[in-house]
Amino acid sequence: MNSPRFNNFVNWILARFPLTKVWNEHLAEYYAPKNFNFWYFFGSLALLVLVNQFATGIMLTINYKPDAALAFDSVEYIMRDVDWGWLIRYMHSTGASAFFIVVYLHMFRGLLYGSFKKPRELVWIFGMLIYLCLMAEAFMGYLLPWGQMSYWGAQVIISLFSAIPIIGEDLSLWIRGDYVVADATLNRFFAFHVAAIPLVLVLLVFLHIVALHQVGSNNPDGIEIKENKGPDGIPIDGIPFHPYYTVKDIVGVSVFIFFFAVVLFYMPELEGYFLEHANFIPADPLQTPEHIAPLWYFTPFYAILRAVPDKFAGVLAMGGAIFVLFLLPWLDTVKVKSIRYRGGIYKKALFLFVISFFGLGYLGMQAPTPSATIAARVLTVIYFSFFLLMPIYTRWEKFKTVPKRLTSNDSLGSKIPLIKQAVSDITQDTVVTTKSGTTLHLKTPNPSGLRNASVDLAKKMKDSLD
Amino acid sequence: MHANIDLSDNTSLKRGAEHYVTYCLGCHSAKHIRYLRIAEDFELNQDIVLKDIAPVGASIYDSMLSAMDKHDSNIWFGTVPPDLSLIARSRGSDWLYTYLKSFYRDDTKTHGTNNALFKDVGMPNVLWKLQGQQIAHYTQEGENKVINSLSLERPGELSPSEFDLVVTDLVNFLEYVGEPAKLKRQQMGKYVLFFILIIGFIGYLLKKEYWKDIH
Repeated sequence: MNSPRFNNFVNWILARFPLTKVWNEHLAEYYAPKNFNFWYFFGSLALLVLVNQFATGIMLTINYKPDAALAFDSVEYIMRDVDWGWLIRYMHSTGASAFFIVVYLHMFRGLLYGSFKKPRELVWIFGMLIYLCLMAEAFMGYLLPWGQMSYWGAQVIISLFSAIPIIGEDLSLWIRGDYVVADATLNRFFAFHVAAIPLVLVLLVFLHIVALHQVGSNNPDGIEIKENKGPDGIPIDGIPFHPYYTVKDIVGVSVFIFFFAVVLFYMPELEGYFLEHANFIPADPLQTPEHIAPLWYFTPFYAILRAVPDKFAGVLAMGGAIFVLFLLPWLDTVKVKSIRYRGGIYKKALFLFVISFFGLGYLGMQAPTPSATIAARVLTVIYFSFFLLMPIYTRWEKFKTVPKRLTSNDSLGSKIPLIKQAVSDITQDTVVTTKSGTTLHLKTPNPSGLRNASVDLAKKMKDSLD
Repeated sequence: MHANIDLSDNTSLKRGAEHYVTYCLGCHSAKHIRYLRIAEDFELNQDIVLKDIAPVGASIYDSMLSAMDKHDSNIWFGTVPPDLSLIARSRGSDWLYTYLKSFYRDDTKTHGTNNALFKDVGMPNVLWKLQGQQIAHYTQEGENKVINSLSLERPGELSPSEFDLVVTDLVNFLEYVGEPAKLKRQQMGKYVLFFILIIGFIGYLLKKEYWKDIH
């Protein structure tokens, strides 16, 4: 569109709004490290899921009724009588779980490459505030369908506030708007879920990105690309975000929405993990479900809560488990950022942390039997030790030499001959003649090749933890 | 027990709808489904639906509502029979199939039957005429008598395999009522995934082209 009329229009805007400045500073001339790998897709995917939740959420509010007597049936109305309502509902519920998968992987990247360290502490703090808002948003959103699990899950969690000494009872009453979870609670959770928290989230995401762009992105090698600038002042190992990462993110988005669509069209409930079975029963204040469990993304913290025998102490532990993440930039003050150059101690500690997180997540879904509670206590100790013992165990770390320039990423294309070689190492050619006389050339497993490959793999895994 | 249901089998679904109105609608409403929706989804003429499926006097725009009064049902059964629109989503089709086949004679109960899956259920065995009467066989497990198996004491109007078909059709219908869009979304899925694969592949080629100078 190169007509003079269009150009005049564009110039009129540009004379009154700093569009070019924003475009350049944050896209076309924002220099990002050239070695972003798989872990660096999740930030843009998180933004995609946020937009999805907004769009599908707004469409749901067109037909949803936030009244205790009408809410459940209004959701069924959306599922059946609203054209494509079922798709919008499933996109919203799958999106909620997808949001947490993406955000947890995004945070894990931070732990891998030290993205929370100086000068990016504020990026991390804004990110943690986003995570807190996300949890509140998800918790309030889950009450809205007004199913059995919605009602009783909310009842359990809000009653935790009553454990706070002195102000607890009044605080719970203030949050609920009533003596039990009721219509008043539903109405205010609707207001917060649809208006208040989304506004705060959008603001925080904006601040998160601005803070990031101020200091520049980290990378898998954990070295600052701004320390190596060319004569034009541009980092030598940097490439403009647009078009390189905008086009790369298109690929990331395609892979993501492929998996998203698989869930959406074939298993939106995901066996009760994304949409719990008990939530298809309307809320009944007179009948408690056999097993009250939060959705999977809250279960690690729920397990920590249940592991502690005292109610208030459990609430403090659960809150502490999230609060300790805020302190990470000041707990881990090692100068080496990336796990690629850190010592075995941190690698093993991180491995234990991941085990504890998954383990606690699993235990949070199960009934609290005595042996499960013991296991949860052990894993809670491991979880907190990862953070609180960090200033101690990082002192004995032996680091590898950190390179001055970024190391290159192997492309998918260059890995294919290696994969072919690996396959031929573990297989052998066999010629088989069938009963009907045809000769077949087959590839069968090669036992000694398999043995060697397994030993090599075990050695590599052991070395990677040193 | 596994329910061999097939949501694409419209004749099975129609039979299931007929069974539901005959045996279940007296007490259990299915308020989220209308006869008109059944006609559209099962590809049936509206008159056929009104003649074969819907109770006498129903309009094609009516929802499947039970005629039983809540007050009465509380007196008769001690509870209001739940609406079954979403029972297949909360319990699952395998559970429903097993449940409907697991009634057995229990003389200690007011309506003479109990259920091996849902102990002391308030619901009587509405399908007794078709299935016949089952009795329970017990084994001793510690201090308790536990049901080991059920067997047919007195045969009903249908043979066991014919009865299986009735229950399968009914569960098939309940699965449909739980989520009418289910078949459509499963059928649509492959086209969506194919489209995403195509644009993903094109996106990948575009990425490689842009990135070929970066090392």
